[in-house]
Order: sequence, then C-alpha cells, then structure tokens
Amino acid sequence: MKLHLKTSLTILFSVLILSFIIAILKGSVDILAKDLLLKESRTILVLRILRVFTAIVVGSGLSVSGIVLQSIMKNPLADPYLLGTSSGAGVGAVIATVLCISSIYLPFAAFIGAIISVIIVYSLAKQNNKINTQSLILSGVIVSIALSAITVFIISTSGSETLHSVSWWLWGSLQVYDFGLLAVVTAIVLTGVISVYIFSQDLNALSLGDEDAVHLGVDADKVKRILIIIVSLIVSSIVCVSGTIGFVGLIIPHLMRFIVGPNHRILIPTSCIAASIFMVICDLLSRIIMPPLEIPIGVITAVLGAPVFIILLRKSQTVR
Amino acid sequence: MNKESFLIKNLSGGYQSGLIIKDISFAVREGGFTSVIGPNGSGKTTLLRILSKVLQPRDGTILLESEDISKICLKDFCKKVAFVSSDIAVNFPFSVWEIVSMGRIPHLKRMQQEKKEDLAAINAALVMTDTAHLKDKSLDEISAGEKQRVFIARALAQEPQIVLLDEPTSHLDIGHQIHILDLLTKLNREKKLTIIMALHDLNLASQYCDQIILLDNGKIFKSGPPEEVLTYQNIENVYRTTVVVKENPLNSKPYVVLVPSDCKK
Repeated sequence: MKLHLKTSLTILFSVLILSFIIAILKGSVDILAKDLLLKESRTILVLRILRVFTAIVVGSGLSVSGIVLQSIMKNPLADPYLLGTSSGAGVGAVIATVLCISSIYLPFAAFIGAIISVIIVYSLAKQNNKINTQSLILSGVIVSIALSAITVFIISTSGSETLHSVSWWLWGSLQVYDFGLLAVVTAIVLTGVISVYIFSQDLNALSLGDEDAVHLGVDADKVKRILIIIVSLIVSSIVCVSGTIGFVGLIIPHLMRFIVGPNHRILIPTSCIAASIFMVICDLLSRIIMPPLEIPIGVITAVLGAPVFIILLRKSQTVR
Repeated sequence: MNKESFLIKNLSGGYQSGLIIKDISFAVREGGFTSVIGPNGSGKTTLLRILSKVLQPRDGTILLESEDISKICLKDFCKKVAFVSSDIAVNFPFSVWEIVSMGRIPHLKRMQQEKKEDLAAINAALVMTDTAHLKDKSLDEISAGEKQRVFIARALAQEPQIVLLDEPTSHLDIGHQIHILDLLTKLNREKKLTIIMALHDLNLASQYCDQIILLDNGKIFKSGPPEEVLTYQNIENVYRTTVVVKENPLNSKPYVVLVPSDCKK
C-alpha cells in the first residue's frame, strides 16, 4: 500500500530531525552535549550544524537530479554520477580553481563542464536516434572515468594550494570550507529543486514516453532541455561544495518510488527529505567509523549504493 | 451534420529517411467513425502521428474545425484531440487514477491543483470505461484489456472532440477487441466523439466504422463507406493476397474471408 503524502512527509521529517540532532552531538571529537553549548566549543557546534546543512542541500539536490534523469531517460538506472555529469562539473571546477577564478563563480565553471559531459554522453549513447540502457550507462561510465583522469592530472600537476586533495574531488566530503560559496550553492540548489517540482506533472507525462507526453500537451523536447539545464546547474553547484558523491541520486529515488509510488508530486518532496537523512547518516558514519580519520563520504555511499545498482541492472535485464 | 472535424489537404510527411505519406487529402465529418487500414508500412501510424502534432508535416495543411493545426498551440490542441496508442510500455508503476488524471494536463497550469470539474472529468472517464474499480491499482497489476481501457479513459479525461487511436486492439483477444470497439461506438454515439483509428483487422473496421480509408504505400487507394472500400478487387490490389468478400448476414456489412493458397485450386 502506498503511503499518503502527509503521513510519509511527517515520518520522514521526524527522522530527519532525529538524525540532525545525533549528527550534531556525535563527531570525531567527543564532546558532551551540555559542553557543546559552551563558548569554547562554539566553533565546533557551528561547523557541525553547517555540515548537516550541507548534507541536506547535497542530498536533496542529488536525489532530485536522479529523479529527473530517470524520468526523462525512462531509465531507473540514470544518476548524475553514473552519467558523468558530476565528473564533468568536477573538471570545470578544478580548471576554474587553477585559473584562480573567485570561488563564487565556481558553480558556473562547473556548469559548463557538466553540460559538455551531458552532450558527450548523450551523443555517444545515441544509436539511430534511440538511447538504450546499456549503452547509456556504458558511455556515462567511460566519460566519467576519462573526466576523473583529467581532474587527477590537473590537481597533481598544478601544485595549487587552493585546490583540495584528489580524494576530495573524486570521493567527496561535506566539510565546509567556504561560507560564501555554500550560500551561493544553497540558493542555486533550492531554486533548482523548486523549479523541478513545478514540472512534476510534466515529469509524470514524460516518464510514460516522449510521444505520449506530446499527446498530453507537454512539449517534450523543450521541457527536457529545460530540465537538463536545471539538473546540470544543481549537480555542478553541489560538486563545488562536496566533490563528486555517487549513488545518492540512484538509491533514494528508487527506494522512495517503492514506498510512495512514481508520482513526481509526491516522489520529489519525499525523496528530498529521505536523501537528506541518508546524507546526514552517511556523513556521521564517515566521521565516527575511524576517528580521528575521516572516510570520504563517497566511499560510504558507494558501498551502500553499488549493490542496489546491481540489483536494478539485473531487474532491468530480465524485463527485456 | 456535414460539418468537418478534420480536413486534410495535400498532406505529405515522413522522416529524414524518406517520405511516408504522399499527397493525401480527405475529410472526417464531425461525429464520424473512421478507420485507416492498409498493409504494414503503408503509413497508418505516420498519418496518425502527423494528425496528433507529434510529427511536423512536410507539406499540405490540416484543418481542425477550419483552423490550421500548425497555428494552434499544443496545449489547446490537446484539449480537442486526444490520442490512444496501441501499447504503452510503462517503466514506472503509476496507479490507474494517476494515469487518467494526466488527461487533465492540457486543462491545467503547472502546479495547479485539480479543481472540481477536473475531478468530475476524471471520474466520469473512469465510469464510462468501466475502470473505476481499478483506480487504486497499479498499471502492472491489471490485464492488457484493462490497460487499454485505462488509456482510453485518460483520453476521455481530456474532454476532447476527437480521439485518435493507433491499433487499439492489436494486443487483445477477440473478446477484448469487441469490448473496446463497443466502448468506442458508445462514446461515438453518446458523447458525439469523432473517432479516427488505425486498424489491422479489416472485419472490425467494416463492422464498426462508417468511413474507411485504405492506404497503399502512403497514398489513399480508396476511401468511403465499408461496402465501397472493402471489395475483393481493392483488397487484392493493395494486400496482394486473394480474399473472398461476403456479407455479414446480421447487418449486411462486408465480411472479408481469407483464402489460403491451398484452397485456390
């Protein structure tokens, strides 16, 4: 039985608040709850709150991007990470950083990289005007590896001090470095997620097929183009604050489709909250599994996400 | 009575690989029940795709109630013309109610909640197609015949004047075929819906339609009432196979009997 929108939102919201509190109380440094409010630990508290906040922004943005890509490609395996969009954004951002462009403009440099990678993946996967699952994933992964290689090459040869480590770009982290950048990214992701939500019913129609969408009065080509641009913007701005984090856009929408159904009016808001919870918990795990070391968050999402991907791939092959 | 719903003049169209529809002209009167027949590759589906604005025509004009459809915006067009395909592979398990409510997209702005009249249209469509009891079921839980009725319900929720159907019976057994065509007849009579459909089965076309358009290689070979189009000469010419045309004893409409090569001697 599919859960009602209000019930599922209430449940998810309570879990989010709970994980929010736990994430603030726990960390690589052990501080008692009452001491956290003292003046000396103010910076730790602020940093932890910002980290959770980043987790929410990144989680919502990535899950909505996954939903959009899955719907317009009629393919439950689409995800900004697997399709190379994140890596493209990464290359854009790394190049901009090496060129010493102010961090506020990073998302736009990343956006150019993301759009280019989308175009490359799309044209590689296209055969006789059709895009099938296997060739889409394959070209996405290939482009993604190639672009990651470029990122590693630039970072290892530049010697730039403003660049994060290779592991930060390839596996992600929710550590907050730049408040101005985080503010810009939050604004872009929020606007993007709301814009996608406005297209909920169009996404419903598009997930039945482009021609069917046209029969319902949805200009499929135009709406798809708008949505791809919005998704590229969301993904590229997220990459600027957290590096590339995979599988979130894949597993959360899939899980939520299973719980609330495929209707985007319900799927989008519930996935946003579920992905926020997921990211907050993954980030918490990344900090507490091996303190004081921090495991890159992408490692945790990949460990959890890869099996889901394999199950989905198997399922899509048996259907055909 | 003689008002035209669709008036097609010198229509040509197709894909980059070549022209499929070649200089076709015909009219469909308001309240008409027309079927488009013809061999595989004769252009039935392409014609419907052009009529539903999915494909741009290369040449010629299509008038919908004397208005050129290329000048009508897609949303307004979809308030008047609905489409039902033969088979929709559903990748995502929407519920029946969600599918039918998508028929209201042309009537609503983005993010606008369904109003009373929208809900009424959805419910009426469900009742008319006898799918109301399925409304909470997911599409992958219902049979092919039920699925086809659900997509007809979605078309009805658009409250159109014309419904285009592409082989609505191709995946169904004869019981369900008759059920769907009876339903379309009822809608045609009671709701004064104009129906244009592509059909493979010559006998279904003959029994149900008042106008048949026989396509051959992108051109109209013959069009008119069933008794004029479904003659053995026409069918043998277009389909290149021998047939015998009889009369259905119940309503005196033509009835096409297939002749296997063995029987020809």
